[in-house]
Amino acid sequence: MTILDTIVQGVLLGGLYALFAAGLSLVFGIMRLVNLAHGDLIVLAAFLILVLVNGLGLNPFLAVLIVMPLMFIAGYALQAVLLNRTLGKDVLPPLLVTFGLSIVLQNALLEGFSADSRRISAGALETASINLGAVTIGLMPLMAFLSAVAVIVGLNLLIYRTALGRAFRATSDDPVTAGLMGIRPRQVFAVATGLAMAVVAIAALYLGTRANFDPTAGPARLIYAFEAVIIGGLGSLWGTLAGGVILGVAQTLGAAVNPEWQILSGHLAFLAVLLIRPRGLFPRAVD
Amino acid sequence: MTALLETKGLKAFYGDFQALFGVDITVAEGETIAIIGANGAGKTTLMRALSGVLTNAPDSVFCRGEAVGALAAPDILARGIAMVSEGRRLFPSLTVEENLMIGAYGKRRGAWTLATVYDLFPILKERRANPATALSGGQQQMVAIGRALMANPDVLLCDEISLGLAPVVVRDIYAAFPRIRESGAAIVIVEQDIGQALKVANRVYCMMEGRITLSGRPEALSRAAIHAAYFGAQSHDHS
Amino acid sequence: MTIAIPSLKVETRTRASSVSRLIALAVLALGLAAPFLVSRGAVQDLFFILTMLVLAQSWNLLAGYAGLISVGQQVFVGFGAYAMFGAVILFGIDPIPAILIAGVLSALLAIPTAFFTFRLYGPYFAIGTWVVAEVVRLLLAQWKTLGGGTGTSLPREAVRDMAGVGLLRDLFGMKPAQASDAITYWLALILAAATIGFIYRLLRSKQGLGLAAVRDNEQAARAVGVDARRMKAMVYLATAFMTGLAGALIYVQKARISPDAAFSVTDWTAYVIFIVVIGGIGTIEGPILGVILFFLLQNLLADYGSWYLLMLGLAGILTMLFAPRGLWGAFSDRTGIQLFPVRRTLVGGPSVHQGGSSHG
Ligand SMILES: Nc1ncnc2c1ncn2[C@@H]1O[C@H](COP(=O)(O)OP(=O)(O)O)[C@@H](O)[C@H]1O
Ligand SMILES: [Mg+2]
Repeated sequence: MTILDTIVQGVLLGGLYALFAAGLSLVFGIMRLVNLAHGDLIVLAAFLILVLVNGLGLNPFLAVLIVMPLMFIAGYALQAVLLNRTLGKDVLPPLLVTFGLSIVLQNALLEGFSADSRRISAGALETASINLGAVTIGLMPLMAFLSAVAVIVGLNLLIYRTALGRAFRATSDDPVTAGLMGIRPRQVFAVATGLAMAVVAIAALYLGTRANFDPTAGPARLIYAFEAVIIGGLGSLWGTLAGGVILGVAQTLGAAVNPEWQILSGHLAFLAVLLIRPRGLFPRAVD
Repeated sequence: MTALLETKGLKAFYGDFQALFGVDITVAEGETIAIIGANGAGKTTLMRALSGVLTNAPDSVFCRGEAVGALAAPDILARGIAMVSEGRRLFPSLTVEENLMIGAYGKRRGAWTLATVYDLFPILKERRANPATALSGGQQQMVAIGRALMANPDVLLCDEISLGLAPVVVRDIYAAFPRIRESGAAIVIVEQDIGQALKVANRVYCMMEGRITLSGRPEALSRAAIHAAYFGAQSHDHS
Repeated sequence: MTIAIPSLKVETRTRASSVSRLIALAVLALGLAAPFLVSRGAVQDLFFILTMLVLAQSWNLLAGYAGLISVGQQVFVGFGAYAMFGAVILFGIDPIPAILIAGVLSALLAIPTAFFTFRLYGPYFAIGTWVVAEVVRLLLAQWKTLGGGTGTSLPREAVRDMAGVGLLRDLFGMKPAQASDAITYWLALILAAATIGFIYRLLRSKQGLGLAAVRDNEQAARAVGVDARRMKAMVYLATAFMTGLAGALIYVQKARISPDAAFSVTDWTAYVIFIVVIGGIGTIEGPILGVILFFLLQNLLADYGSWYLLMLGLAGILTMLFAPRGLWGAFSDRTGIQLFPVRRTLVGGPSVHQGGSSHG
């Protein structure tokens, strides 16, 4: 494997990490909430897709179209019923409640699906690749990356071009005044979490087709997502993509040296960025 | 006839601290009311109770006879009451135009649209793509008023719109009021600037320490009476 | 908001606290005698309870009092354990001094980790601590002398010949295994008592007052001259020390280590968080109550595997939502009883209610 190939694989992997991270970034941007169960929700969505694919024999891409609205509803309900109650000046309640949720989800999945590793089968697509001489690009990783770009373009259009997006930004600035505009902050938060979960469903598809996953795979996804967000700088989705790419490249380069170093070198890249640019590489100007 | 907006014995608390001690005001269709009072008199608290920011006086605030004291701000807005908050409170992440557009989020249709607001404050059209907080204080106040108008309110509450602005700028802003009134909205302005308030209002309430100390038509109120109601009892000597 | 410092000095010692002082001494005395009174299994159970109590008290100090919500405290358990293993295996040091060395090294480790994690704002601090724990785990998994990813065991003779074992054998005729259990148990008892004593004194001191001020309102605290950052850093270091000691002690008793077990989020952080939250965060009594409940539940429900953790998670969520100060907090609010009276804030200070408004 050439170094160029290694880097390209890392960039594509970064797309997957950006998909993990986009929802986290969106929710944090709007309500300053960090959902420690984010990774477990990705895994939950992966299991839902798995059930549809294995149980009903659906094509995974069709399955994700069904799981997206389900996850939207789950996210909306989660925010409306549980998380809205925890919002306030104190950061302790939302963190502890989502941490509890993470444990609950992991163990519920363990009960439901056992600790076995699973994989979503994407049929022939799994092995399909484009050969560009020095570099071979797998079709699924490429689609993951393109999906990440599409998700970010879509979310940015939503945030900067629609009434809902204005409501997101206004509520993030000042929820009380947003209320005076007729915006219901709690409802806006619920929609935002719903959207984040719809994105999570897309992330879950590529998580599940790329490699094995099991009920305890969530926390590591949360950490990758978090690292992508921080490397990129808070408040910018393109920054998050860049953060995901840096993380992905660091991991594949590390793995090329020694397979045991893959995860570690990603973490070290994150710490290095934290050291040199504590606000991330592309922080939003106003914050 | 039921009043458009009314409070009866309105009390308000911040924790254990009581800010309003039984306030009665009424606002009729199309009227312009001024509420004057020194700093800390409770004017902003009254505005918060009227606009749904404070929601703990269920039996003391009425809109067209309906008790609305427990309703949240969006529900109050839906009943046609919009507020220009003290300190303007524009959204810094939004441009001027987006700030105006978000005023229409509640979807009440009427005479006020982006076009008519720009007509009222032409400078805003020039600056519409700027971040709202990049504007001068006076222009920001215009955005805040325009934003509230975008909801096509029946009652426009304005909390200290002249605060911190140069007199010429204040004059420019108040120059818009006749047109706002023409659109049919009742206006409640909160002012510390007594002269300005008496000039535009049909009726004046004066507040002190959480109570209404004086009310009436501006031309019927003597300066001494206003002075006493505004600053407290010792000014009896002057009359 | 002002902080009415003068009025906060009153009423730190209550009648209940004098009683609880006596009770504490009695419990301590009884505790010291336990290895002679109860079975070896019971001593091991008590050891488990006490070490979890140390972890819980440390996390409570960190999150409940200093507002530093860490989900990465397993880094100090694991690192402390590995440091002890290293000292014993590589340098032939006796396990008991090795525990102390491990505590000191854990506190030293806290300096670079604080350097990174303190750069992260509020909620992100939590995940930052987790990343740091992962990094340390992955690094130690590379250390082949200590078994790499699969781990290693303490040499049999290291524990058997541990300081004091011989003495106990000569004095009371204890078998080596029994004696080493007794010794680790006594150390756990001392560590738990010292941890509670330290936290109690800290919270009643001027620094503790500063800590409460920082938690209630960081801006106001800064305005009256409390250096919030320094306070927090100090607490972070202190908890690293305590957690590292506990980690080392736990692994002297376990005598077998692997990176995954020593850095387990579930064992060293999730359980600890649930103990504190359910017992009552921000109180010294809470973790004590919590750890007892936790032990009972674990014995009752251990056979249910993941159902047990699932229920623990649910209980934690429900507590956080409906009784945010935990069982002890609810009890204490109702009865006014405090065994460790450190809550003297708010007396005479202005009360700030959420009037549904952050508008002003
Ligand atoms: N959020 C708040 N918390 C506590 N007290 C407040 C708050 N807002 C206002 N007050 C108090 O209520 C009283 C009335 O304030 P306000 O209504 O803002 O007066 P005005 O607008 O007339 O200057 C003042 O004494 C003020 O200090
Ligand atoms: Mg005011």
